[in-house]
Amino acid sequence: MGEVQIDNVSLRFNTRRAGTVIALETLSMTIPDKQFAVIVGPSGCGKSSLLDLVAGLKDVSDGHCSVDGRGVSKPGSDRGMVPQSYSLFPWLTVQKNVEFGLSLSGMPKAQRFDRANYYVDAVGLQAFRDAYPSQLSGGMKQRVAIARALAVNPEVLLMDEPFGALDSQTRSVMQELLLDIWEKEQKTVLFVTHDIDEALFLGDVVYVMSARPGRIIDTIDVDLDRPRDYEVVTSEHFIEMKRRIIGSLHAEVNKAMTMN
Amino acid sequence: MANATVFDRLFTPKKPIPRGVEVGAAIVVAGTLLAGWSGLTYSGYISSSFLPTPGEVWKSFVRMASNGTLIKHTAISLQEIYLGFFLSSVVAVPLGIFMGGFRIVAAMIEPIVNFMRYLPVTSLIPLLILWIGIGLEEKIAVIFLGTFFQQIVLVSDVARQVHEDLFNVSYTLGANRRQIVMRVLVPATMPGVLDTLRVTMGWAWTFLVVAELVAANAGLGYMILQAMRGLDPAAIFVGIFVIGVLGLLTDLAFKWIKNASMPWTHAR
Repeated sequence: MGEVQIDNVSLRFNTRRAGTVIALETLSMTIPDKQFAVIVGPSGCGKSSLLDLVAGLKDVSDGHCSVDGRGVSKPGSDRGMVPQSYSLFPWLTVQKNVEFGLSLSGMPKAQRFDRANYYVDAVGLQAFRDAYPSQLSGGMKQRVAIARALAVNPEVLLMDEPFGALDSQTRSVMQELLLDIWEKEQKTVLFVTHDIDEALFLGDVVYVMSARPGRIIDTIDVDLDRPRDYEVVTSEHFIEMKRRIIGSLHAEVNKAMTMN
Repeated sequence: MANATVFDRLFTPKKPIPRGVEVGAAIVVAGTLLAGWSGLTYSGYISSSFLPTPGEVWKSFVRMASNGTLIKHTAISLQEIYLGFFLSSVVAVPLGIFMGGFRIVAAMIEPIVNFMRYLPVTSLIPLLILWIGIGLEEKIAVIFLGTFFQQIVLVSDVARQVHEDLFNVSYTLGANRRQIVMRVLVPATMPGVLDTLRVTMGWAWTFLVVAELVAANAGLGYMILQAMRGLDPAAIFVGIFVIGVLGLLTDLAFKWIKNASMPWTHAR
């Protein structure tokens, strides 16, 4: 089970130039088990920090995060992470990258081989099992990162703009692949992006975040049928939701620009 | 520039050129230098007591190689450099990784390391001679002091540059701190460590020869000094060439080790 609860969370840090910066302010959300939740917001709004808090990589200044009722105090394999880039181990092959988490916990070789195999196949990289990351394209690298995160069977998948560095064609292929896998794996996903189309295409729910201090300014239930097909982005309802998000983000982006 | 001629490509920055042209260019330059040297010396334009002819150098080389001098001095220099370099690396590499990976280690040793790094080891040679004499131990000490502090700084920079995302993602895969060090930090620094060793090995050669020139009773630097005293420039050249070739071979060995042990660094 992977219900994520974010309860009145604040995050502050001190900088030399600007003094105390409030990155997140009394932010709350509850993401039910198996939901695909997307957070969309301008850059610098603290959406990546929010993921780090749930991952346990940063400590909250106030408030409380929990996964499946257990308070988050440090990172653990129940919360898998897929960062934007630079996250594969360059000295390991695709197969060994996916096995990495399993080997940390001491899973027997044959068993972890089979399990990693399964996920390498699931992301369509069977032909690249023995390739090194330097031999892969950006899209393929992110497939490996997804397979590696899933292999340890986390309850929650935290994705920090995982497709942000990809070209738009690759990006839409990856989005479809991700939905496909998510429908099979039934994980809770917390996905951060600044791409509104991506947010609506993927999410069950989209949280719109404001610039500093980061707060939720709008929540949209994306009532589009699943499985989704890329055609949906041109539907009237999709565009309607998109307009609503653009509207609430527009003012925020301006605010963020003048602040930095 | 899709249909650029070879001539065009030679004068376009970064354009690849045919392999044959590459090899040819190297041969032409080396050949020109050799021809210039021969011209200046065989013509008698420069006296052979200043600059020996290529033939004289070759004859000296054959003589010194066959009577055992060259091998004796080379063996001693190699022993000194490998021992000194090995001892330095064995300590500097782990310490450098910890210095780059842990703030507390950096806080403890960085000030001393930076002070020592700017102290030319050559200035310590007289003191080292006074303390431990002019034998093997002193040469090892010179090489150790000369390379150790440089290695530590270079290795710690390599470790510091390991991307934080690698650590973060490993924590979320269930890694504990020991695993973060042994299975992420250490392997991630290995290519940079090997490059550091390759570069500092070149410096170690310099320190060794300087130490041998200052005071020694054997070794290639000593051999060169003896040749100078005997007014035998050809033998000096032999010494210089041997040092150059040994340095080159060591460099190639390091490259080979890197390619063989880390196939991922050159996989494309």
